[in-house]
Amino acid sequence: MQSQLIERAKALLADGTVDRVLGWKAGEFAYDMTPALFSSAQELDEGFAYDAFCGANLSKYLVKESRKGGRVLAFLKPCDTYSMNQLLKEHRILRENVYLIGVPCQGKTDVETLRALGITSITAARQEGEDLVVETLYGQRRIPLAEAMAERCKACKGKKHMIYDERIGEEGELENPDRFGQVAALEAMSSEERFAFWRGELSRCIRCNACRNVCPACTCEQCVFDNPASGVDNKAAATSFEENMFHIIRAFHVAGRCTDCGECSRVCPQRIPLHLLNRKFIKDINTFYGEYQAGEEAEGRTPLTAYTEGDVEPSVVYTKGGND
Amino acid sequence: MKKLPLSQMPALYAAMAQGGALYLPVDNAAGDAQFTRWQEGMELSRALNTVRSAKDFFFPQTENLVSFRMQGKTIEIIDPRTEGEDFVLFGVRACDARSFTILDKVFLADPVDSYYKSRREHGTVVTLACTRPEETCFCQSFGIDPADPEGDAACWLTEDALYITARTAKGEALLARLDGLLEDADPAPVEAQKAQTAAILAKLPLAQFTTRSFGGDVLMKAFDSPKWASLSEACLGCGTCTFVCPTCQCYDIRDFDTGHGIQRYRCWDSCMYSDFTKMAHGNPRTSQLERFRQRFMHKLVYFPANNDGEYGCVGCGRCLAKCPISMNIVKVAKALEGDVHE
Ligand code: SF4
Ligand code: SF4
Ligand code: SF4
Ligand code: SF4
Repeated sequence: MQSQLIERAKALLADGTVDRVLGWKAGEFAYDMTPALFSSAQELDEGFAYDAFCGANLSKYLVKESRKGGRVLAFLKPCDTYSMNQLLKEHRILRENVYLIGVPCQGKTDVETLRALGITSITAARQEGEDLVVETLYGQRRIPLAEAMAERCKACKGKKHMIYDERIGEEGELENPDRFGQVAALEAMSSEERFAFWRGELSRCIRCNACRNVCPACTCEQCVFDNPASGVDNKAAATSFEENMFHIIRAFHVAGRCTDCGECSRVCPQRIPLHLLNRKFIKDINTFYGEYQAGEEAEGRTPLTAYTEGDVEPSVVYTKGGND
Repeated sequence: MKKLPLSQMPALYAAMAQGGALYLPVDNAAGDAQFTRWQEGMELSRALNTVRSAKDFFFPQTENLVSFRMQGKTIEIIDPRTEGEDFVLFGVRACDARSFTILDKVFLADPVDSYYKSRREHGTVVTLACTRPEETCFCQSFGIDPADPEGDAACWLTEDALYITARTAKGEALLARLDGLLEDADPAPVEAQKAQTAAILAKLPLAQFTTRSFGGDVLMKAFDSPKWASLSEACLGCGTCTFVCPTCQCYDIRDFDTGHGIQRYRCWDSCMYSDFTKMAHGNPRTSQLERFRQRFMHKLVYFPANNDGEYGCVGCGRCLAKCPISMNIVKVAKALEGDVHE
C-alpha cells in the first residue's frame, strides 16, 4: 500500500498536478510517524510511510496549507474525509488548492493503545496477516490487529470516503458501530455519579491544549482561552472547576461540528476519554433533531444552525436528558 | 546498604509519611502512574515512570505568589505562603532526580526563588533504580546511570526486598527515622541488578544518541539551520512536550482580579504558545517555527551555554512518548547534527 501511495504522489508531482504532498513520515521507532510535507520524489522515497501507525488526521493542516500558494496533495483516511468536509462547509479550506486522495484503512493503532494492553518498550512492529507483531526490548508480542486498534477505530463509521479527487484501493462500506454504549452507561448513572466521573477524569488534565490544537473543529484563529483581551483567557484556571469548564465549553463549541474523528482522545497525554463528551452531543442531536453525521457532506445546513418550528425546546432537552 | 523485606513495604510507607506527607507513583484511573499522596493500602505503580514528572512538587503548575487587597485608599499586601509541610518523594527515577539539579540552576541562582527553595528544603527525594528501561529512554546520553540513581536516598527493588542507601544528610536523617524497619544488607543483589540493567541499557535503541555536538559554540549554526522549517511544520503548538518535561521551567506571572483585590499567581508557560513572552508590542516570536526552535535551542544551546555545558534535558523520553505528532528532541538533534558540525 505504502509504495502505491508513493508512486501516485510522484506521478502527481511530476505532471504538475500538485507541488507538494502532505503525508506521514517515518520516525525513530516503528510507530512514531509525523505528519510531513514532501516536495520531491527523493523525499518521498526517503521518508514517506503509510501503515497501521499513521493515525494522525491530516485534514486540519490544510487550513494553512491551502493558503500557502500552489496545490497540495493530501492523503485522507475514511474518517479524515468527514473532517475535510466539515472544514469545507465552514469555509476553512480553499478547495481548489488541495488535491485529495482517499486511502484505505484497516484501522489504526498507536503506542498509547499498545501501552494500555501492556505492550511497552517497542523496538519494531509489523503486520502479519491479521496480526500485529511487536518486537519489544523484553520479547516478542503478537496481537490481532482488531484488538490492538485504537478505541476510535473500534467504533469506525465505515471505510467509505466522503470526499476525494481520486481513491486508491476499493471503496469500503459504511458501518454502523455502537458508538454510544459508553455514553448510555454514563447516562444511566445518577447525576452525582456522573459528576464524580467527570471530575475524576478531568482532574488529570494538565491543560496542555493538545486536544484543542489537534481538533479539526477547533480552527479559530485565536481561541478565547488564549486571548487576554477576551476576559476569559485561561492559561491557568483559578479552580479545578473552572478548569473543567474549559472542556465543557469546548465540547459545546464543537457540538454539531465534531465528526467523532477521535483525535482529541488520541493525543491526550493523560488519556482522558474526551470523545465521550462529544459523543453525548452527537447522540443528543440524533435523538432530538434526527440522525445527523457531521462531515457527511460539504454543504447544507446543520441541525444546530438551521431553525425549524419543530425544533426541540430547551425544556424538552432538559427533561429528556434525564434531569426531570 | 540497608534492606527490608517486601512484605514490610506498607510499614515503610507509613514510617516515611510520619510527620509529613509521602508521595509515590500510584496507578490512576487511566492506568498510568501518577505521584499520589500515600494513604494506607496504596501500592507502588509498576510502570517505569509517571506521566507528569516529579517537578510538580517543587515547581507546581500554578501557585499564588502574592495577594493585594484594596480597602479604601490602602492596599494590603498579603503573602499567601504558609509554613510548608515536610514531604518525602518516593520512587523518583534517575532522570527526574537529575532534573532537580537542572531546576536548581535556574531557581536557586541569584536571585533565589524563595518559593522553590522552600519546597526543595522541605522535600526529601528517594529514588528508585530502573530495571526495565524503555525504548524512549536516553538518560545515559547525559551521564545519568538509571541503575544507580542520585537523590537524598536511593533504592533498588529486587524480587524479595527493597535495598536502600542514604546519599545526603537528608537521606541519613530519613534512614535514621526508618531504622527500626531496616536491617544491614549485603549489597551483592544490588550489584547484580546494576549489571543486569547495564546490559539492557547498552541495547537501547537510543544508547548511542548524544547531544554533544550542541552547546553555546554552535549557536548561530544551529539557529540558522534550514531544517527548522520542516521539523516544525506539523507542530500543533500545544504545550504537551513542555508540560510533561521535567526540565522545562518557564512560567508566566499573571494577575487575577478578585473584584476587591488582586491575586498574583504564576503558572507554567510554554514557549510553544502564541502568547509566550508576549509584551506590549506583541510576541517576539511570531511563527510556530520560531517558537518551536526556541524550545530546542534552549535545551541544546542556550542552557548549556549558561550552565557549564549542562543540557536542558535528562532523556526521560516523555516528549517522545507524548507528542501528538511524534516530534521531539531526539529527532531534532539528529536532524541538526550535520548542520552544526559543518
Ligand atoms: S489533551 Fe488532555 S491533558 Fe491536554 S488539555 Fe486536553 S484533556 Fe487536558
Ligand atoms: S512538539 Fe509536539 S508536543 Fe510539543 S508543541 Fe509541538 S505538537 Fe505539541
Ligand atoms: S526534552 Fe523530552 S526527553 Fe528531555 S527531559 Fe524534556 S521531556 Fe524528557
Ligand atoms: S530515562 Fe533513564 S532514569 Fe528515566 S526512566 Fe528511563 S531508564 Fe529510568
